[in-house]
Amino acid sequence: MSSPEPASEPSNEPSNERGAPVRPYGDSTGDGMVQTSFTLPLPLSKVAEGAAVQLANKMGMDPALVVHSRALGPGHTFFVVYGRVQHLVDPRTVQVVERDYPLLTPKEANAAVKAALRRRLVVVGACIGTDAHTVGIDAILNVKGFAGEKGLEYYRELRTVNLGAQVSVPELVARATEEQADAVLVSQVVTQRDAHLLNTREMSAAFREAYPPERRPLLVVGGPRFDETMAAELGVDRVFGRGTTPGEVASFLVHRLAPDPPRPSGVPAQDAPQAVAS
Amino acid sequence: MTDPKLALDPHLVARARDLASRAGAPIVDLARRHTTVSVERATLRLGGLDGADEDGTPWVNRLTEAVAADLYADGGLAHGVSLPVWDALVRGEAGPSGDLAALARRAAAGRARFRLPEGPDAERAAEAARAAVGGGLDAIAVRRREREQLLAETGDAPRQPWIYLIVATGDIHEDIPQAQQAARAGADVIAVIRSTGQSLLDFVPEGATREGYAGTYATRENFRLMRAALDETSRELRRYVRLTNYASGLCMPEIAVLAGLERLDMMLNDSMYGILFRDINPVRTFVDQRFSRQVHARAGIIINTGEDNYLTTADAVEAAHTVTTSQLLNEYFAHEAGLEDWQLGLGHAFEIDPALPESFRLELSHALLARALFPDAPLKWMPPTRHMTGDVFRGHLLDGFFNLAGALTGQGILLVGMMTEAVVTPWLSDRDLALQNVRYVLEAAGNLHEDFHPAPDGFIARRAHHVLGETVDLLERVVDEGLLAAIADGTFGLMKRPADQGRGLDGVAEKAPDYLNPATEVLDGPTAARPVLQEVSR
Repeated sequence: MSSPEPASEPSNEPSNERGAPVRPYGDSTGDGMVQTSFTLPLPLSKVAEGAAVQLANKMGMDPALVVHSRALGPGHTFFVVYGRVQHLVDPRTVQVVERDYPLLTPKEANAAVKAALRRRLVVVGACIGTDAHTVGIDAILNVKGFAGEKGLEYYRELRTVNLGAQVSVPELVARATEEQADAVLVSQVVTQRDAHLLNTREMSAAFREAYPPERRPLLVVGGPRFDETMAAELGVDRVFGRGTTPGEVASFLVHRLAPDPPRPSGVPAQDAPQAVAS
Repeated sequence: MTDPKLALDPHLVARARDLASRAGAPIVDLARRHTTVSVERATLRLGGLDGADEDGTPWVNRLTEAVAADLYADGGLAHGVSLPVWDALVRGEAGPSGDLAALARRAAAGRARFRLPEGPDAERAAEAARAAVGGGLDAIAVRRREREQLLAETGDAPRQPWIYLIVATGDIHEDIPQAQQAARAGADVIAVIRSTGQSLLDFVPEGATREGYAGTYATRENFRLMRAALDETSRELRRYVRLTNYASGLCMPEIAVLAGLERLDMMLNDSMYGILFRDINPVRTFVDQRFSRQVHARAGIIINTGEDNYLTTADAVEAAHTVTTSQLLNEYFAHEAGLEDWQLGLGHAFEIDPALPESFRLELSHALLARALFPDAPLKWMPPTRHMTGDVFRGHLLDGFFNLAGALTGQGILLVGMMTEAVVTPWLSDRDLALQNVRYVLEAAGNLHEDFHPAPDGFIARRAHHVLGETVDLLERVVDEGLLAAIADGTFGLMKRPADQGRGLDGVAEKAPDYLNPATEVLDGPTAARPVLQEVSR
């Protein structure tokens, strides 16, 4: 068990995004209360409940209260545990990928593409490998969209080619070349045995091999289990995680491929004109 | 047909059915005029050919390829494999043992030659083929009778809806104890999800498998192992536990044969799923699907259709009528293939955005519409997936409302929703919590449908009439432009699938006038679905 850190007046003020360290909040500031649940491969018994408390203690919950235990068949028991943790988290040391480009409306994105490229920007999307879950790529590409935002198909100045599910990497490279893609979007949902990471590395390597660096399309991957900080490691230009909306993807593509949209008298692009779910 | 709950206009219902059959008839005609590599391989499986070479390529694939190559000048598979294969056996090309396995081995080694027999040779080959393939069809009928006996012996599920649970570890030896535990915990039906990507394999893997992606490979040995384990559990629980797998993808006909031979009880089998969601060629799909459904009809298997999938890409309110349209098409194709109403687990799903006002009343309306249109079909009711966000607590509540809608509208097969949908493959505790949720709702409100009569001109009834009206409009359009054209232009699930594209097209052949297939001779025959089985049909 970690030794309790000195209580350095943790603060929970809403404005404190990068402020002082904090503890979890149950019903009062600094109480450190958390809830967890798990199953142990033990028959329901006093011993099993004691083991559950021991595990919770080792996880840093002290005191830990087993509020519910239930036998799952003859050899397993399910527990719900409430308890207090001593740990502090320091928002100043947290690393995340912040959005470093302005959010554009479809109209603004279209105008920027028209001005910078004088042609439509071509986006090829696919689920690669054995992944058959097109939910993600469809949410971004199909007109239908996601979270109240229309998909990229809706953008007049974007030409989208959705290759659908289970596209092989060579097939994707070939289609990207044929369509003269400016950007390639790849969605990966299945994460069993790190398939999403392996597939993404294979994909980025194939594009590097097939294109001279200056002509390579922008590579973007997305999926609910990706770590957004891994872009460089995976050899892609951007990783999008859970909850990404079509508008965010479109804005990123425009930012990188159709930079410097002309603006009246140097007004910066509107940042987040509407609320964005993420 | 009169339904007391919604009082649908019977003329409109009749019109919808008539339109569905007019949209489907040209597709049936197309299916009758073609064969596929998988139909031919399924025929060889019925003829008794099993197993694979040392690289894992099934002998049915090796033999079919050898025949197609030798008969290239005669049109490849246009005549079917049966005449050339059994002609080769009669001629002694298989060597001393004279069986199909030996012939396949010799053909793979280039030591057997195939030709298109004519005259008395052709008659002799056809006779031998009919005897062998007939043996496979008989074996399927025997397994069906065995199910009926087991049902009589151990008893059936205690109530409807049947509780349908999924296992999917990738390892058949992990799946088995999980499936048995799920049955003990109350599951009436166990589905073993297939490995992601199996739909696109143009062969059926062999043997017991221990590795798969997000599911376990469908193989004959995996079918056999799981069915044997569930037979044991059925006897222990005094309740027959059904087993489900997937007849979809490029090997639909072969999987259907293996399911029949290993006494699986339900199979996912949708008329358009492979086209829309796996980009399999439409012609390939319709030919394979018809054969597979004919085999299911004979095996007494309940099919589950996949309309729930449309609502994962299209909006569940806007696209409600595409679900009804697809259900009517699936019904037409199923009846045409010899399936009876009790075998039609027509699919639909609880996928309306819960943030939408009146979302639950809309769900009730759509679910009742399906119930009213297909009163004798055991509808397959699928839980929310699209609006399961990772907030497991809210998801658990949503699943409770899904269960309630299922109980209120008399659904036949209820796929148990997991609060960890979209988070992890279900844990032991997730399954237990999900089953508690179902049990609570069914015990607390299982008979509430007796008291549930929506106001005749209220929100629920009006919405159902509206969706039926939209369905008729859409079917009229489909009949006008043709179903293949409608599929090509993105009518279903927002997917555009032209008939001359997609996977597996190179495995389709137009039948020559002297095409022979002993299986389709029987399956297309006038007494196809219930020949010797009158005593066991219900």
